[in-house]
Amino acid sequence: MSEARLIEQAERATPQQSPIAVRIRELTKHFGSGDQRVQALAGVNLDIHAGHMTLIVGPSGCGKTTLLSVIAGILNADSGEVNVFGQEITAMSDRAKTNFRAVNIGFVFQQYNLLPALSAAENAAIPLVIAGWSKTPAVRRAREVLEALGMANKANRLPTELSGGQMQRVAIARALVHEPRLLVCDEPTAALDHETGLTVMQLLRQAAVTRDRAVVVVTHDNRVFEFGDRIAHMDDGVVVSVEERNGHAAA
Amino acid sequence: MSWIALKMLVGDTAKFLGIVLGLTFASALITQQGSIFCGLMLRTCAQITDITGADLWVMDPSVRFIDDVKPMLESNLQRVRGVKGVKWAVPLYKGNGRAKLTFIPAALKEATYPEDELVRDRRSRPGPPSNPFTKVLDLIVPGIDSPAPPPARWYDPQIVNVIEQVILIGVDDTAMVGAPPPDRIFVGELTDLRRPDSVFVDRVGLRKLFPGCHLESPFENETPAQYRERLGKFITAAPEIEMNDRRAVIVGVCEATRTFQTFPVFYTTYSRAKQYVPQERKVLSYILVQTDEEAGRKIPPEAVAERIQLQTGLGARTSEKFMYKTIKYYLLYTGIPINFGITVFLGFLVGTAIAGQTFYNFTIENLRQFGALKAMGASNLRIVGMILLQATVVGLLGYGLGVGISTIFGWKTQGGELAFYTPWQLLPTTAVAVILICVLASLISVQRVIRLEPAIVFRS
Repeated sequence: MSEARLIEQAERATPQQSPIAVRIRELTKHFGSGDQRVQALAGVNLDIHAGHMTLIVGPSGCGKTTLLSVIAGILNADSGEVNVFGQEITAMSDRAKTNFRAVNIGFVFQQYNLLPALSAAENAAIPLVIAGWSKTPAVRRAREVLEALGMANKANRLPTELSGGQMQRVAIARALVHEPRLLVCDEPTAALDHETGLTVMQLLRQAAVTRDRAVVVVTHDNRVFEFGDRIAHMDDGVVVSVEERNGHAAA
Repeated sequence: MSWIALKMLVGDTAKFLGIVLGLTFASALITQQGSIFCGLMLRTCAQITDITGADLWVMDPSVRFIDDVKPMLESNLQRVRGVKGVKWAVPLYKGNGRAKLTFIPAALKEATYPEDELVRDRRSRPGPPSNPFTKVLDLIVPGIDSPAPPPARWYDPQIVNVIEQVILIGVDDTAMVGAPPPDRIFVGELTDLRRPDSVFVDRVGLRKLFPGCHLESPFENETPAQYRERLGKFITAAPEIEMNDRRAVIVGVCEATRTFQTFPVFYTTYSRAKQYVPQERKVLSYILVQTDEEAGRKIPPEAVAERIQLQTGLGARTSEKFMYKTIKYYLLYTGIPINFGITVFLGFLVGTAIAGQTFYNFTIENLRQFGALKAMGASNLRIVGMILLQATVVGLLGYGLGVGISTIFGWKTQGGELAFYTPWQLLPTTAVAVILICVLASLISVQRVIRLEPAIVFRS
């Protein structure tokens, strides 16, 4: 599938309504102490809309991944507010955050993080198992998602038997299988060739618009900027600008 | 989540086998060494466990263990019999004697061997032992000749003179209390002991008394019935034994628990036993006592033992207490428990090192995966549960394999020189040791995973 066709398809799928899924206000985070202290986030303000794909871009070390980690509830902020679907995630206990993540958030990692001993379908079923499903129905559901992603014939393969693009598709299936409302993706195309990267981005974009889901993607890859509805540019721990694309309003 | 944990565990075959191997090694070593230790300890009190029917052993109060015989005056027997609550009391001689034998092995073999075995035996002329061990020895100490093969002379048609230390048990002439029970008599009958100069010999002891005659165990193709028949033929042809310049004739073969000293065990009557050892003023080794009944109920042996001690000044113990006293003596005054303890501890240590290291590596290699699971909403409790399940599975496998190997080892060495006894208590002890290894091995992994920040998954 050509790049132009993919972008065209993605644009056609752009939703008309855009309620705010994640509201971030004055978010700060630092690492280390004394001379080693590094300010990773220095007062971030950002809104992320449901049904949109929001890209967070910027130079290395500007705080993109830290921001994504805080949004996903896997890293505690120093101060500020992160409101995800009406719930203040920074005020939650660790246990509440864990439960919140299990239900509401899907993850796509740069290194895929698939369990090497499990088949593609079993890997994709993990969030359902975490949610308390037993193995058989969870794997059955995971197969359906894999089928929707064009991976039906690879469902029984181990990760070592899959290409990078196929592994990332399994990772996307894993992120979508439990129907989360927020998808956080860290450099999902970094380890892929251009063509595969475009396919993956299209899948993510479809995931955003077809289910009114918020998708946040941290990326360096300017070849995939076309897929973003909104692009937040970061530098030195703050969002310096939000670029609106496809005719949607900026925050 | 348990199926995910198990698939993760067996997915890395090399590491999985490494962990199981470490635990199997520890489990096998602990069970095997523990069993040998228990076997040895049981041998120290073999004569106590072999003598049944008596409730109490009465002895000189300074006796510390079964072989620490302090002879008493025979008049003590009457004093004990006079204590209220004693149903009967009989003398027991226990001591070491010297058995002198003169015989021609070839003649003995001709009288007892099956024809085919005799032909095979005539053909064999064994040289010095040669095996990988002796070859290594030759390399370490070159120029030293291997010792002459001890069995060589046994195959020569020449007279053999054997002087062998034996354990002499003299049982009561009339009641025969202390003699082997009928189910432990291989050949002959207990009443044969009433014949002049008669002795019973333990089966394994025959090997020392008649070296090279293959009397202690059946031939490869020999049935138990054929073996008994051969031993019966041997008894009729057995050469006379000389003990303290007196004649002794083997009239029966019995089974006796192997002793710590490894000497053959001779059973005879008390009066005859006294003649088989040099004359001494005091000869009574022990008095065996059975307690009476009072108002239709047996008087507790402990109560009678107390009375005997008070009235006679002698030591009196139940069989069980005397057994433990003997074992305790060997535990305290020999280096045996330290020696075995070190081996068991080393097994534990090596097992912990191998299993712990491999298990930790396994966790570290899966750290990102565990981090991903945490990010996706798996709680610490569930991740720890996964690790503990993995530890339990490898623990059970290692324990089962280790105990199995030890059992096979014990079964293969059964009836040989090696003392091997696995009491049931040893199995939970090994299980506790394996659990401890698993806990130690998984503890580091668990704390590493608990401290793991799920944000690790976003670091490339």
